[in-house]
Amino acid sequence: MNHANAIEARGLTKRFGALEAVSQLDLDVPRGRIYGFLGPNGSGKSTTLRMLCGLLTPSNGSARVLDTTVPGDTRELKPRIGYMTQKFSLFSDMTAEENLRFISEIYSVPSAERKPRIEELLERYDLGAQRAQLAGTMSGGQKQRLALACAVLHDPELLLLDEPTSAVDPQSRRDFWANLFRLADAGTTILVSTHYMDEAERCHRLAILDHGRKAADGTPKELLSGIAMHVVEIEASDTAAAQAAIEPVAGVVSLTQLGVRLRALMPSTVSEPAQQIRAALAERGIEASVNTVPPSLEDVFVAVTTRRNGAAS
Amino acid sequence: MKGLSRLLAIIRKEIRQLRRDRLTGGMIVGLPLLQLLLFGYAINTDVRHLDTAVFDGANSSLSREFVARLRQTQVVDVTRTAGSAEQLETMLRTGDISIGLVIPRDFDRRLVDADRHAAQLLVDGSDPTILGVANQLVFMPFDPSPASAARDAARPVIAVRPFYNPERRTPVNIVPGLIGIILMMTMTLFTSVAIVRERERGNLELLINTPVTSLELMIGKIVPYILIGLIQLAIVLLAGRLLFDVPVRGSVLHLYLAASVFIAANLALGLLISTAARTQFQAMQMTVFMLLPSILLSGFMFPFDGMPMLARALGEILPTTHFIRLTRGIMLREASILDLINEVYALAAFAIAAMTLAALRFSKRLD
Repeated sequence: MNHANAIEARGLTKRFGALEAVSQLDLDVPRGRIYGFLGPNGSGKSTTLRMLCGLLTPSNGSARVLDTTVPGDTRELKPRIGYMTQKFSLFSDMTAEENLRFISEIYSVPSAERKPRIEELLERYDLGAQRAQLAGTMSGGQKQRLALACAVLHDPELLLLDEPTSAVDPQSRRDFWANLFRLADAGTTILVSTHYMDEAERCHRLAILDHGRKAADGTPKELLSGIAMHVVEIEASDTAAAQAAIEPVAGVVSLTQLGVRLRALMPSTVSEPAQQIRAALAERGIEASVNTVPPSLEDVFVAVTTRRNGAAS
Repeated sequence: MKGLSRLLAIIRKEIRQLRRDRLTGGMIVGLPLLQLLLFGYAINTDVRHLDTAVFDGANSSLSREFVARLRQTQVVDVTRTAGSAEQLETMLRTGDISIGLVIPRDFDRRLVDADRHAAQLLVDGSDPTILGVANQLVFMPFDPSPASAARDAARPVIAVRPFYNPERRTPVNIVPGLIGIILMMTMTLFTSVAIVRERERGNLELLINTPVTSLELMIGKIVPYILIGLIQLAIVLLAGRLLFDVPVRGSVLHLYLAASVFIAANLALGLLISTAARTQFQAMQMTVFMLLPSILLSGFMFPFDGMPMLARALGEILPTTHFIRLTRGIMLREASILDLINEVYALAAFAIAAMTLAALRFSKRLD
């Protein structure tokens, strides 16, 4: 109970046949914080979450989740965690209230507390109007709020959320994160997987996953300052020509187009990065404004994943 | 041309998907094979080796020769002897024998009397095919002495006395067995589909992460269906009584007790199927796969004794076989559940085995 970390994983590995979905993952998730898993589809986010809650048995390695060791007997753990699946997994042919009641019964919430607790959650998650609506007919945002309400109904110490916002609109996402912060403030540890950069930026700490490996972890600030890359933004009249001109420049690790702008990453060991790109563009007679800009989390993501892949090849 | 190439593309895709779906592939090959084997073996009107007991009241050289001759037909297996005709009736009721042969004390004299039957066959009329076979036995030739030349074909040596269904009405034979078939099909299908549907919809992933144990989940799923099964039984019994005048001669309570164990066995089977099927359709396919032998090998359509060894061994594994023996016994022969307690044990053993297997497989399925 006195552990500062809610989760400590060492060497967590999961193989499905020849595929290594998660390899040698070390994790330290502090209590009462929102910890993010950032990574594209197939990077091992869901598999890791499923191993941590005892749904999948790791091929190697182990983790301590709250006071329980995984792999092991997770019966003690289940009542202390809340889990929100990636796909809506409540009962479509039951109403919001019926779903909440069912979950409250499963978690053995004392019958006297059930009714007020369900009312409180319907109110808090703005589901009062949907009380008697079948879950299957609700909108994406309503389903997601219902799923969160069900996941927190029994006041879990640890919430595991698997891409909770992948099927909802931006406004619902903002509201959803407001709810997460409220829960974290109340002491709940939250582990959330996402592939949205803006969501990752909101986490207290995050781990970037790439092909089942942890490419980097830390607070968003640490990750941004530790990028060890220059970020150069180029706005040219002919974007395609500029792209062709910049790609061969020595030291350009990646080049991404964002609307009319190009974003180039160059190692911090390169001196005068903007100057080099300007020179390359001038050589071909392309007019452009070139500026060094502060990195974004997306740049960090690109930097750590290309560095790793570059090292591997 | 475009249409044709699209068509070919679709055909290739279907074949590729079928090759990957091993279950459907197995069904495509397995079902016709199974049907061929089952029908080929089980449809056998040339019934042999019916369990038979003899009460020989005459015990003369002629009566012994008569029994020996009956044996030679191979239709009957004289496995027991009885001390009285009443004892034969008891054996018939408990299902120990299908046919009882009564040889009266004055057998030798009756034999030469053209106006009287010399012997009597007591037949389990709850199985129509056995009754048919017994009727053929009557025409077995038996010429012990020249005096019998006086006997004409219109008065056979043996008289047949069908028990339990004297009017020889088909519904009386069919309904008790049909209860087994109907319960087997619906119970197995309902549970297997209900669980697979939860897995398909993702509900199971949520439930597994709650404090619910797999045993709770399974029993929670089973209980409502036991009630449904008992209601189905009531419907069939009522309809059988109202429409076909099918009697329940034994205790209704005993019938319900037997049905409860049978339903539990089928629900356990349904759970087992649900741990193997990934889609609702697969669950349905597997249920049909189990249904076929339950119809053909259980004694519902063809008499159990007439089937070859292998078919009988398979039949003994099926819960429906044991349940049909129970329903025919209780409903038609007025047997008590205690007379047939071994059938109840067999059902219970199946239920426990299937349930254990399902629970083991279920907890492993989380990976």
